Amino acid sequence: MQPRHTRLKEPLVHLTKRETPGFAASMLIRVAAFVLGMLVCGLVAFLLVGKLQKEPGRIWEFYNCFIKGSFSTERKLWSFLKNIAVLLCIALALTPAFRMRFWNIGAEGQTLMGVLAAIAVNFYLGGKYNPAVRWPEWSLLVLMLAAALLAGAVWGLIPALFKAVWNTNETLFTLMMNYVATFLVSYCLIKWVPSGSSSLGKLSSGKFPTVFTGLSKPAYSDYLVIILIVLAATALIYIYLNYTKHGYEISVVGESVRTARYVGISVKKVIIRTMIVSGLLCGLAGYLIGAGLDRSVTTDSVGGQGFTAIMVAWLAKFDPLMMILTAGVIIFLNQGADQISTSFEISGALPNVIIGIVLFFIIGSEFFINYKLNFRKREPKEAVR
Amino acid sequence: MNPWVDFLLDSLGFGATFMYGSTGEILTEKAGHLNLGIPGVMCMGGAGGCLMLNLIGESALPPFLIVILGILASFLTGALMGLIYSFLTVTLRANQNVTGLALTTFGVGLMKVLMSDKTRISVKRYLVTPKQYFRFPFAGRSDSLQVLGVMFFLAVIVACLSSYVLYRTRTGLNLRAVGENPGTADAAGINVTRYKYLATCIGSGIAGLGGLYYIIDYMASQEAYLSIEAYGWLSIALVIFVLWKPHMTIPGSFIFGVLFSCSSHIANIPWITVTVAAKPILKMLPYLFTIVVLIISSIRNKRENQPPASLGLSYFREER
Amino acid sequence: MQPALQLKHITKRFGRDVLANDDVSLDVYKGEVLAILGENGCGKTTLMNMVAGIYFPDAGSISIDGTEVVIRSPKDAFDHKIGMIHQHFKLVDIFTAAENVALGLKGKGGNDIKKVNAKVEEIARRYGFHIDPKKKIYDMSVSEKQTVEIIKVLYRGADILILDEPTAVLTLQEIRRLFEILRRMVADGKSVIIITHKLNEVMEVSDRVAVMRKGRLIDIVNTSETSEGALTDMMVGRKVNLNIARSEPVDPRPRIEVKGLNLSDAEGVRILKNVSFTARGGEILGIAGIAGSGQKELLECIAGLQKPQSGEIIFTNPKKNRPVTFFHKQLGQIRHMAAQGLFHDPDGNAVKLGGLSDKQVRQLVQDEKILFNDDEVMSLRDKTPLEIRDLGVKLSFVPEDRLGMGLVGSMGISDNMMLRSYRKGQGIFLERSKPKKLGEDIVRDLDVVTPSVRTPVRRLSGGNVQKVLVGREISSSPKVLMAAYPVRGLDINSSYTIYNLLNTQKEKGTAVIFVGEDLDVLMALCDRILVMNSGAVTGTVDGRTVQKEELGYLMTKTHTEGEND
Repeated sequence: MQPRHTRLKEPLVHLTKRETPGFAASMLIRVAAFVLGMLVCGLVAFLLVGKLQKEPGRIWEFYNCFIKGSFSTERKLWSFLKNIAVLLCIALALTPAFRMRFWNIGAEGQTLMGVLAAIAVNFYLGGKYNPAVRWPEWSLLVLMLAAALLAGAVWGLIPALFKAVWNTNETLFTLMMNYVATFLVSYCLIKWVPSGSSSLGKLSSGKFPTVFTGLSKPAYSDYLVIILIVLAATALIYIYLNYTKHGYEISVVGESVRTARYVGISVKKVIIRTMIVSGLLCGLAGYLIGAGLDRSVTTDSVGGQGFTAIMVAWLAKFDPLMMILTAGVIIFLNQGADQISTSFEISGALPNVIIGIVLFFIIGSEFFINYKLNFRKREPKEAVR
Repeated sequence: MNPWVDFLLDSLGFGATFMYGSTGEILTEKAGHLNLGIPGVMCMGGAGGCLMLNLIGESALPPFLIVILGILASFLTGALMGLIYSFLTVTLRANQNVTGLALTTFGVGLMKVLMSDKTRISVKRYLVTPKQYFRFPFAGRSDSLQVLGVMFFLAVIVACLSSYVLYRTRTGLNLRAVGENPGTADAAGINVTRYKYLATCIGSGIAGLGGLYYIIDYMASQEAYLSIEAYGWLSIALVIFVLWKPHMTIPGSFIFGVLFSCSSHIANIPWITVTVAAKPILKMLPYLFTIVVLIISSIRNKRENQPPASLGLSYFREER
Repeated sequence: MQPALQLKHITKRFGRDVLANDDVSLDVYKGEVLAILGENGCGKTTLMNMVAGIYFPDAGSISIDGTEVVIRSPKDAFDHKIGMIHQHFKLVDIFTAAENVALGLKGKGGNDIKKVNAKVEEIARRYGFHIDPKKKIYDMSVSEKQTVEIIKVLYRGADILILDEPTAVLTLQEIRRLFEILRRMVADGKSVIIITHKLNEVMEVSDRVAVMRKGRLIDIVNTSETSEGALTDMMVGRKVNLNIARSEPVDPRPRIEVKGLNLSDAEGVRILKNVSFTARGGEILGIAGIAGSGQKELLECIAGLQKPQSGEIIFTNPKKNRPVTFFHKQLGQIRHMAAQGLFHDPDGNAVKLGGLSDKQVRQLVQDEKILFNDDEVMSLRDKTPLEIRDLGVKLSFVPEDRLGMGLVGSMGISDNMMLRSYRKGQGIFLERSKPKKLGEDIVRDLDVVTPSVRTPVRRLSGGNVQKVLVGREISSSPKVLMAAYPVRGLDINSSYTIYNLLNTQKEKGTAVIFVGEDLDVLMALCDRILVMNSGAVTGTVDGRTVQKEELGYLMTKTHTEGEND
């Protein structure tokens, strides 16, 4: 009988789930993906940027911009660290919820509510609204913090309640809450700024006190305060998730709701409590933005960081310590791309393109960490004929 | 013109933007994929269409061909974005939320770079003549029908056609099965991967048309591209609002359109006075309505009105 | 004669360690029912999944009507006229029966579901099914769903039908009807492969039997030339001589009393019907019945995981003349109970704590000077697992679904040990050293094969997972131990480890409730056996004297006096 050709129709690639690979191997895959992504970025930039096409030699300058964007001056280094801190804070907020498999994509809104609440307190009690009502700075700061935490927690609690009681889809609910928050901000701005310019301007009250005096600019003291607060929060969340009873309950609920019920964990309680924690941290991030940095609020105060933070948390596999690294990578790309758009005079939207491309590669690389490809063995020659 | 008619026609026209976005997203979600990249897809769909119009807008081609080529380019750009998304989430089984958000980041950014003055490939000239072509009979008109362009009617047709395919054909039956229970669909001999790819790419192509429609057909304005992202998110809300039924996006998008555009029309209607502060509240309403619909459908827990059962989950046949 | 289906040297591995099928070859002919017999986990289903295109074999070949074929997907299987009815039905809940049937097939364009409805009805008539093609799956009973699955396969014109454990969820009448239908199909010239581990069904319905054990094909025999005994020997590899040591119960006294328990699910279907029984300390109570007769729900009611609509669950703590401890009573409770006159001292005088300070009371409790007058009796109904624990009831439960309910698959052994005990201690922090120690003890004492106590339990084999779970549940020296199918899918050695553990608990005076499926095991292990069918108790028999036939009769007996209320 003739050798059968049908045998050749075996699948070319056959997938199997991999046993968890080693740390080094998986990091190597991720780094390779990052490098590949950066190369593609260069290619895309070459297509988009006229100056590069005229002088292809400047491609080195293109890559050098990434270093320059974060490390060339003291100011850039400070803003690099500060930006990491704020993004990290939001990512930390998401982590408890994500570990519970509660897909909270409402960090944007929860943080914005934090900003709004802090600024509202500052606006009404800080002298801007009525010069006669002007609370002392320290009490203002404390009250702003309390308001921000509360607002963030409430914004996180609402979807959690519905999830706990009626199993309402939390991804879609939290997403919608973001926009409710945005329009709440524009409503407040119209109320507060009757002129119609709808820009509040920087408030003079509610400033962080200059704690660290030896720095070259007073603003750096605020940055340092923010960085230290977020570092402390990172440590706390790390401990909360890994070493406390609450953290253990979150892991059990996230892995299997049935197991949680079996050992008597109240799933509803855990969902609600965890989302309050999540919201509180978003509120904190909002406070850092509203009180520490902007001292003002716009619909764009959070600027999409609530969404970027989802990627930061996910890339770090919801490990708070790894998030320092992933947040760093995102900010590094962001600042580098900003530098590129200045140096090459192109649109300020370039960072999004670059972050998008690099993320595609890193997201895609997870596949090669989790799955193994088994290629069809080559047929012996005589069978192929 | 009667301010009421003007207002309603404008709402209809405006709503068609979400009609495209939602119909596209529904097709994707029915395959079990929550594509949060829709805002980016719509942006890029707009950019792609504009790019094509920029190339051929002033050529000697007949106007209807220019319109068709513009639409085609927009669709293909959207579908290409869908291809990126489906390669990552279907073949590489990446997390859908994260991939979608990355796609939005990428798409919105790339569109802004492309449409801005500083980029080499300037798409500025696209507005010179083509916008007239998007009115029947492809050369502009001056009566009241000029409010609604070719692409508005296309949106209605696409929405109805999508519903027909989803609920009245075998293809639709198979697609819904893929989104409900890919294991079952697979065991029934349906090529799950192919359905997921096709639904995502065609859905993204349709959503992409929304971007082109908004920039050229509806707004016909230089700066229109800046607000597409927001309408992309609104389209995702509309999907829930209409409980995953494409034909319902027609009234649904009209309601959203009324709420979003009434603040600019109400001034023309004599016996209604609305303060400026009500504007953001009115714009908030679509999202609040969507939340209410989401809550009510989860309380009533009617099986047919739930999100597709496997929405957001990757499928791997040999999972044990 | 040309075999309709021929498997040659099929081998399939999962991961590194699991060899699911090892060089299996078998033939199936037209017009016959071939039974594939084997214990749970012997590779029957995996083998058939490769024929149905769910898995792809690592080695070996498949031929249809003498032609070698490659089956890469279920679609390929359909193209070769092979249809499989899976144990877990592959149906889309929100679709109608006809829509499920039409799934994946090419239509004739347009809205042709009416034609599908008509053809479904025609097939139903031909083979004697009862089905409404327009009914939604989520409104259907299990047997109706199975009917849809079978029609789905027939609709596609399958010539080779594979049924995976089709009778597991059916009533006796439904099984009869199914077998009737299978016979009609065979008469129609089709080949039927039925995967099962039930001997009586093999004898009743099949023409030939292929027996598998641990991934290997042991033999293929003609049903008419074999006996249940011979098949069992092949299936388990040696004579069934279940040498389970069974001691006489010592002083069995009621521990759990269930009275008139009724439970309905969300749709109002009655799951437990007026269930009453008593489980005694120091004995093993077996619960026999077809899978899905309400055993699982009964245990979950007792464990506080389900809320029955009516009935009582009474727990008696054997505390008479025993000292009160702080383990399950707080100081305030002890004072309160003393005031009610519930305690006496070692000399038999009533204990009054009125004038004593907290410190003095603590000392008395520590010196075991406060003794209960009587056994403690409490109701467990409508209590959550946590409240039951707070009452001081040491109730352990080994659920059927080990990784989905009893353990957390992604956590290691030591973290799984904490599931029951992590709340202990005051602070907010976890105490990890004791659970780790306990985990290590269990690994050592029960011979659990694992790289370390930190390895996720998901990666362990079934037997080891079960040892970990049972080990944890008995570590708290429970007063009641409930185990649902604790040896399902385990090899013989692991099974014996589990039997021994249950026996040890019994000897310690624990009330053991054992839900099992293998009647031989139930009869060898249990002191008494409660038999359930469709949510009602059909009888309670002595495990030492009962005959297998009697159990079989009770398991399928449908009408009971409990039914009428």
